Amino acid sequence: MSVEILMPALSPTMEEGTLSKWLVKEGDKVVSGDLIAEIETDKATMEVESVEDGTIGKLLVMEGDESIKVNAPIAILLFDGEALPVELPSKEKKEEDEINVQVVSNNKLKEVDLEVKAEFKNEVPSIIKENNIIKKSKRIFSSPLARRIAKLKNIDITSVLGSGPNGRILKIDIESLSDNNNLKIETSLNINDNFEIVKNTTMRKTIAERLVKSKNEAPHFYLSLDCNIDKLLEIRTSINSKSNNDFKISVNDIIIKTVSASLIKVPKANASWENENTKYFKNTDISVAVAIDGGLITPIVRDVQSKGLMSISLEMKNLSSKAKDGKLLPEEYVGGSFSISNLGMFGIKEFSAVINPPQGAILAVGAGEQRPVVINGQISIATIMTVTLSCDHRVVDGAVGAEFLSAFKEYIENPALMLL
Amino acid sequence: MNKNDFDLIVIGGGPGGYVAAIRAAQLGLSVTLIEDKHLGGICLNWGCIPTKALLRASEIKHLLDNVSDFGFSVSNIKMDINKITKRSRDVAAQLSSGIKHLLKKNKVNVIDGFAYLDKKENEKKIVIVKLKNIDKTLKLSSKNIIIATGARSRNLPFVSSDAINIWDYKTAMTPPKLPSSLVIIGSGAIGMEFASFYSDLGVKVTVIEALNSILPNEDHDISQIVASNFKKRGVDIKVNATLKSISNNPNQVISEILSNGKTETINSEKLILAIGIIANTEKLGLEKYNIKLDRGHIVTDQWLETSEKGIYAIGDVTQGPWLAHKASHEATLCVEKIVGLDNLHPIDKTSIPGCTYCRPQVASIGLTEKVAKANKIDIKVGKFPFVGNGKAIALGDSEGLIKTIFNKNTGELIGAHMVGPEVTELIQGFSIAKKLETTEYELMHTIFPHPTLSEAMHESVLDAYDQAIHY
Repeated sequence: MSVEILMPALSPTMEEGTLSKWLVKEGDKVVSGDLIAEIETDKATMEVESVEDGTIGKLLVMEGDESIKVNAPIAILLFDGEALPVELPSKEKKEEDEINVQVVSNNKLKEVDLEVKAEFKNEVPSIIKENNIIKKSKRIFSSPLARRIAKLKNIDITSVLGSGPNGRILKIDIESLSDNNNLKIETSLNINDNFEIVKNTTMRKTIAERLVKSKNEAPHFYLSLDCNIDKLLEIRTSINSKSNNDFKISVNDIIIKTVSASLIKVPKANASWENENTKYFKNTDISVAVAIDGGLITPIVRDVQSKGLMSISLEMKNLSSKAKDGKLLPEEYVGGSFSISNLGMFGIKEFSAVINPPQGAILAVGAGEQRPVVINGQISIATIMTVTLSCDHRVVDGAVGAEFLSAFKEYIENPALMLL
Repeated sequence: MNKNDFDLIVIGGGPGGYVAAIRAAQLGLSVTLIEDKHLGGICLNWGCIPTKALLRASEIKHLLDNVSDFGFSVSNIKMDINKITKRSRDVAAQLSSGIKHLLKKNKVNVIDGFAYLDKKENEKKIVIVKLKNIDKTLKLSSKNIIIATGARSRNLPFVSSDAINIWDYKTAMTPPKLPSSLVIIGSGAIGMEFASFYSDLGVKVTVIEALNSILPNEDHDISQIVASNFKKRGVDIKVNATLKSISNNPNQVISEILSNGKTETINSEKLILAIGIIANTEKLGLEKYNIKLDRGHIVTDQWLETSEKGIYAIGDVTQGPWLAHKASHEATLCVEKIVGLDNLHPIDKTSIPGCTYCRPQVASIGLTEKVAKANKIDIKVGKFPFVGNGKAIALGDSEGLIKTIFNKNTGELIGAHMVGPEVTELIQGFSIAKKLETTEYELMHTIFPHPTLSEAMHESVLDAYDQAIHY
């Protein structure tokens, strides 16, 4: 019996994904545990393993295919001595592949050959190609003339929306990119100087979707406070001086710890809106925004309340390097009760962040900078960091937000209190 | 719902109207079609189809005249013009009854009568139908109306057809007997087809054209070839010539022609007026709505909607070109737009092929060389004569030319112009090429079967890029 390899659910919330790369080709032998494909989910690229031993009989989706539903068949695995079944699982949206049938005679595939021909009669699309991985992304339908004009005008045809049958890109679609007047050619030449069209990645689309959802659904309000971090910097210097370079605590690590301590003190700020209910978290799972190539992601430092600075620091380093490599596991970024976004390293004085749904609040952290302050009627100089809390008013009211921020200020200005 | 209320009412049952009604029914609309005279319209009853039957007869006459070229000798050939016209009428009748069947099969409600618009009631347009053969009127209503009432031949201010000596197309298609001589005013498709038919049957024909070449809408090279062919057959062609007056006598028409500043008179037994058409817009109640006309034709937007929302016009009653296949295509597009289908494109007038079935046949699509140059398009032109085509020589019909015009920069096929054997059947190849937006590359790399007339199309494309093999 051959088995279908299904699109795996890589996270509890995953409904569909993009097959970004096949790591095997048809005819390859695999053993359980071999990596067979890379799947791009909303936030990360994951590798899929084979769970059985056998031969890859057929790849049912192409590299770059988007929106593959969880549990949809993506490949057929054959056991020893088996041929492909004639009735292949029907694929959704597959008419576009039907031209690409190539049967290449190949000793390894001989036994499959006849079946493939039968399948061709059934008009099930297929690609059998030897010795090279199919490097084909989703097929773009376009007329020869449209392609020629696009090329002359340096327009990337993959970025054009087609108005013909099956989205076929026509001359008019290329020309309407330029302008409706007769100066089509001139204006389109200018286009190339002015912008470049980049296809949105799954991550970009997810970010867009989540942020729009957040701003549409969560009524945001903002609270700002200046914090004197001289003591914090002192403590940090003294800790790091004892590290023998085994570790290096950052200001951000201390902020993570401080947020956790503040949430423990003001648990009402550690909440999330769930329509019928409000969820109050007992743990402090802190999501920390990390900028990565092409977007951002919020890996989570879990149970911060029970962790020391050293383990927070090591964990954060590990998470951000995985994030930058696109290797975070879903459980490392899905969930979290509260977020921190720190743009201090860019010298940003203060900003307000968009809440990371379904969380109830996010703390935007600015740069620590020396500013004149008045203490006991005297002007002196202190290192001040401005923080802004964005709250979802459905779960965090003004007073609760203020209470949280003042706890945060108290702790960050007097880190020793966190020892209590 | 009121049983006299429909999703769509189509006024006129020609190649625009009946196609609109069938397409609407296919898309699930309740539709009524109202026809005053004959289903199939002029095209089927008094135009495209019966004239093709006539021209088939004259082509056979031409072959019979030349059978010796093929090794035959025949004698005592007799011709009966009444049998020729009867066959033509039978063909039309057969097809007209076929339309009735198609409409019935598609559950289109067909009413025989004359329809006109009446004032809106409750946001619905009202159509009144004077029933044929019964003294009774019907009142129908609909949100959408398609006007597809067609056109008729135009008369001159000083002369109208009388069906005796001065013929319109109808009389010309059913002559009681062959005249000895004939003057044809107008050298468009209709004029040239009658010129071809009558001259092949042995009538002395003179063609009068006001512009500087016959078939004035065709590419100049093509018009020249047709003109020289007709002249060789003894047809007198006068261009830059206008009809000043007519004296209509019992057995003779005396036409006064002004040509190049000189006046001459031509005597002929009969005269055909083929100087164009006027739209059938009278008595339709258009004035009750905001419907704009331009030189007698209804003005529409690119989706065939008139300036009155929900009232559409298709076919000859709207702006040209006045061709049956344009009407049918507008019908489909208009209905699909009403229903709201996706991915519709307005009709590109440079993608409507035109055919003239005279001998030699003429077919074309897109821009002529002159128009392309006037639009300052940088072009490449390919020409291939049928004398270089084996199949044409074997057929004994090798007079003609295929001319292709490409946009030099993009390789777009912007025009194709053909004269010669069966070119009216060949032109669709270029229509498809244009619709699929092929460039010269795909056409050059298409394998054309040998030996066929279509190879001349291939060679013409190759010639545009200096790669013709057989010429």
